[in-house]
Amino acid sequence: MKGFSYLRNVATLELNRDACIDCGRCSEVCPHQVFSLEENKARLINFDACMECGACAKNCPAAAIRVDAGVGCATGLINEWLREQNFYRVSKECC
Amino acid sequence: MPQVATTLAFADRLGAWKARWGIGRLNYLVPPGLYAVGAPTPDAPVLVTANYKMSYDIVRSSLTGRNVWLLVLETYGINVWCAAGKGTFGTEELVRRIGISGLAGAVMHRRLILPILGAPGVAAHEVKKQTGFTIRYAAIRAGDLPAYLDNGMVTTPAMQELTFTLRERSVLIPVELVQALKPTALTAAVLFIAGAALKGPADGLTTVYAYLGAVVAGAAIAPLLLPWIPGRSFAVKGAVTGLTWITAFYLLAGGQGWSVPATAAAFLSIPAVSAFYALNFTGCTNYTSRSGVKKEMRIALPTMGCAVIFSALMVLAGRFL
Repeated sequence: MKGFSYLRNVATLELNRDACIDCGRCSEVCPHQVFSLEENKARLINFDACMECGACAKNCPAAAIRVDAGVGCATGLINEWLREQNFYRVSKECC
Repeated sequence: MPQVATTLAFADRLGAWKARWGIGRLNYLVPPGLYAVGAPTPDAPVLVTANYKMSYDIVRSSLTGRNVWLLVLETYGINVWCAAGKGTFGTEELVRRIGISGLAGAVMHRRLILPILGAPGVAAHEVKKQTGFTIRYAAIRAGDLPAYLDNGMVTTPAMQELTFTLRERSVLIPVELVQALKPTALTAAVLFIAGAALKGPADGLTTVYAYLGAVVAGAAIAPLLLPWIPGRSFAVKGAVTGLTWITAFYLLAGGQGWSVPATAAAFLSIPAVSAFYALNFTGCTNYTSRSGVKKEMRIALPTMGCAVIFSALMVLAGRFL
């Protein structure tokens, strides 16, 4: 994504190239162009652009992709943490 | 079969504006189901979207003069991207909605066109297995649908690339400010009382102004100037706007007259408040990862907490020692 880059070396994205069947779904669904198709296999060409939305893993028919996808906002993470600590009920005011 | 207009009425625009300001935003929806845009034949394309009314409005208004089917999923009034993240814009709902709506009887073909940002919730191969419908992820923005449909359903690289323009960022600010309103008002009241009790009402007010500026610097200025503020971390970006704010406020509001502990506390706590609100904006962006936000929070939250507590201690110590 032009003009924007977030923290480096943090994404949990993993691609198992041996399992890849070259269907191209990952590069079709990735909004950050993290994948490219080379030599009949997908390849990670832009790892740090991954925002862990999980679209690639969800749509990989060969289950060759793993990523810890989930709510990525600070409020969501604080609420998640408070819920784990059984602190209080979480308000609905979120996207 | 419900028929869909492709021009937005004043009420639709007003509704969108209200939603942007957080007024009835969580209850702004249309009934799920199959809708007809124009007079679609059994060969016409089928587009899929969410039942957040703003999403539905944006999609239908991009389809003027066309004959297509619109399958609206039950996402409980949440947009495609957030609903896909939660899984409500998902495989299960899509499969169920295809069944309930009788789509298989309305069209001859077995193809669905989905928004790219719906992909985190939908497993295309599962939908194919369970319903026979093949999925193509068309574009990120509904505005690209006409070009997609006219170009033989080919996704160009531009249609697949996210943007986060000044305009796209600015429409997100109102709801950020509205959501910050309640905690901000409470904190401002506490600050005023504390400031007034320690030094006097005028100092109480100065404290409140400094604080309100910090909230705006973090929740509005940092998002607006996002790509131009140094740093990758949102907390750092927020600290930068907060520091800029308190420096300007110090110079303009006669900071030379502040006590040393009060000055130190202002320069320590104001950037921390702005950093907190800027960090909160990660939830509205389209490029921050969960792992990145977690990493930032682990470092930033304790730092902000310490800055605020230390500031309070300094002010108290300056008063009583």
